Amino acid sequence: MQRSLHIVPELCTGCLQCEMACSYDNEGVFNPAKSRIKVFNFHDQGRFVPYTCTQCAEAWCMMACPVDAISVDAATGAKVVSDVLCVGCKVCTIACPFGTVNYNSTSGKVIKCDLCEGDPECAKACPTSAIQWVDANWTGLDRMRTWAAKTDAGTQATAH
Amino acid sequence: MSWTRTILRVDLTNGTCAPEPLNMGWAMKYLGQRGLATKYFVEETDPKVDPLSPDNKMIMATGPLTGTCASTAGRYSVITKGALTGAIACSNSGGFFGNEMKNAGYDMIIFEGRAPNPVYLLIQNDDARLLDASEFWGKSVWDTEEGIKAKHQDPLIRVASIGVSGEKGCKFACVVNDMHRAAGRSGVGTVMGSKNLKAVAIRGTLGVAVDDAPRFLAAADAGKKVLADNAVTGQGLPTFGTQVLMNVINETGALPTRNSREVQFDGAKDISAEAMAEKRVSDGKANLITNAACFACTIACGRVSAIERTHYTVAERPQYQVASGGLEYEAAWALGAATGVNDLDALTFANFICNEQGMDPISLGATVGAAMELFESGAIGTAETGGIELRFGSAEALTQVTELVGLGEGFGVDVGLGSKRLCEKYGNPDLSMTVKGQEFPAYDPRGIQGMGLTYATANRGACHLRSYTVASEILGVPEKTDPLTTDGKAALVKAFQDATAAVDSSGLCVFTTFAWTLDDIAPQIDAACEGSWSTDTLLEVGERIWTLERQYNLDAGFTGKDDSLPKRLLKDAAKTGPAKGLVNGLDKMLPEYYQLRGWTADGVPTNETLQRVAL
Repeated sequence: MQRSLHIVPELCTGCLQCEMACSYDNEGVFNPAKSRIKVFNFHDQGRFVPYTCTQCAEAWCMMACPVDAISVDAATGAKVVSDVLCVGCKVCTIACPFGTVNYNSTSGKVIKCDLCEGDPECAKACPTSAIQWVDANWTGLDRMRTWAAKTDAGTQATAH
Repeated sequence: MSWTRTILRVDLTNGTCAPEPLNMGWAMKYLGQRGLATKYFVEETDPKVDPLSPDNKMIMATGPLTGTCASTAGRYSVITKGALTGAIACSNSGGFFGNEMKNAGYDMIIFEGRAPNPVYLLIQNDDARLLDASEFWGKSVWDTEEGIKAKHQDPLIRVASIGVSGEKGCKFACVVNDMHRAAGRSGVGTVMGSKNLKAVAIRGTLGVAVDDAPRFLAAADAGKKVLADNAVTGQGLPTFGTQVLMNVINETGALPTRNSREVQFDGAKDISAEAMAEKRVSDGKANLITNAACFACTIACGRVSAIERTHYTVAERPQYQVASGGLEYEAAWALGAATGVNDLDALTFANFICNEQGMDPISLGATVGAAMELFESGAIGTAETGGIELRFGSAEALTQVTELVGLGEGFGVDVGLGSKRLCEKYGNPDLSMTVKGQEFPAYDPRGIQGMGLTYATANRGACHLRSYTVASEILGVPEKTDPLTTDGKAALVKAFQDATAAVDSSGLCVFTTFAWTLDDIAPQIDAACEGSWSTDTLLEVGERIWTLERQYNLDAGFTGKDDSLPKRLLKDAAKTGPAKGLVNGLDKMLPEYYQLRGWTADGVPTNETLQRVAL
């Protein structure tokens, strides 16, 4: 079964444990500046929103890459950058409509979320379950359940 | 690893910034942050120095765990001689500034001298520069932070700055980072202002490494589980914030009310966590929008609040109708109970202004409370207050005065002196609820006896965070003691003081200690750092730090006589509640405390004690 990262912003407290877990897994140090997932703080609204690559099925970054450095991991569906092939041309960073592929000037390559080979560190590190790792075909399940519960409650109340 | 092993020395007088190696011998004895920076400070400055002189120094310091994934590991502290107190000052802040300093490659930044003109320090990893701040001088913390990010076209820069209050010399100005996290107490922002240093802006991208990564990750995970499973850190604090205490402490009869004339506030319920969460009738929204975490914190006690749009404080001022830093317990107490004001949105507004202009809400609220008593007793009148009817319970008076202090205008200049100087100026020194010049916080020592000794002996002046015996006396952590008795409190205070000094030197937040003991903390430090860090080692380090701070204060001119409390707490018994009829029994606790510390009857560490703690 393929899984997806499923982000629930209302549970996020903005602690950045996800950014540390991501950077540690990829860089070997705690370094939010090199994280593939970013938490955005909409201060005036009191909202925190984690954001990262959604692994488009027809990925703009992959289509745009002139050296075929981005490929699909068949097991996870992740679009993965090959550091060997990437020439750092950054065309993929322009192609991605969501901004989730970014250039790393230290390595001269681009970096993006690769779903940690199917065991994403950000989801494991999140203390509030704001980042979940769920069935890729059912990312809407929780929201459906919430609305289903309300629908059912209404019917019951009417019936009684 | 875990220390970057580099400090940045900033000579403001000559406009230079230079890195230098961290003294690792001292790091092994003082750990980091509070302890290590105090060691540097004590070695480099004259204890008799005027806090506002260029010869005073100011250190911003991280701990070895700052910037790692240990829960709450984002703290930094500002160490200097306090403008409010003339004592050693160490004010600790969360947010996201400490980890940014660490990621830029520095354990601490030492500021010395005074800039000829207003400047700010910009750090981008190894590139550190002092830049002209004339466009930000006179601006609030909020405008400065946004202005610096905009000017450098980098929204990821983290900023710590002072507001107008700190520029104008308010004695309890703080250093605010990330809009509403503050190194709050003792006037560390006043010192920063005296140096013509408006802000420190940092972007760090180097990363933070630990010594034994697999062992560290396991220890950090174990620690997080303890926090999640604990009722206070796993449920109480994230849901209600520190404000969970308001009704509890009021029922205990230990909520200092109307400048400590009373110990219970009839309006406590109106300004409590429960009130913050309650949906208003008018618009169906609550004051509390959400909780929020500082860097790496898995507790997330922070409050984000918004004021009702029709409230008198914001109705004509849309810039304050947005969400911002909400009330923590100490702020709600000081702005509310100490002044007798029970208007939650007025307190929230005063809290916003404290954040915006960089003022310590504890000192501000407590000083307004003292000013209200001066006003009601006739010691001052509308001639002094500029026409403000400064009566207990007046929300309008509170918010008006708060704004004046923030801008250093009118009667705000007097209130900005702090309670001690204000009450002395108007001939009523006994009305000042302070120790060593610092306003005490939200626990009345008549109802919680251990807090009397805590305030009397705290090295930075009256403070709850130096030995939070409330944990034991009220919450039963690590074990329950009777708040109404002095028995055993000397040993309790000493144990909390030593342990807290170690925690404050690590990069971790002291709030973890509702759930963690040093047995939970030591393995995390031990795995992250070189050297051997056991619980016993940390207690030794803590006692060494405490003694170092004490010695500094004695050298600065304080004596055992300053380990005292306002007369009101020692002479006027509590009128209501469980502590009815009690005063604080400091005289029963202090001699025993000195003895346990290995100090003379005058409160001076003996030579044997200095040798024992390796000073």
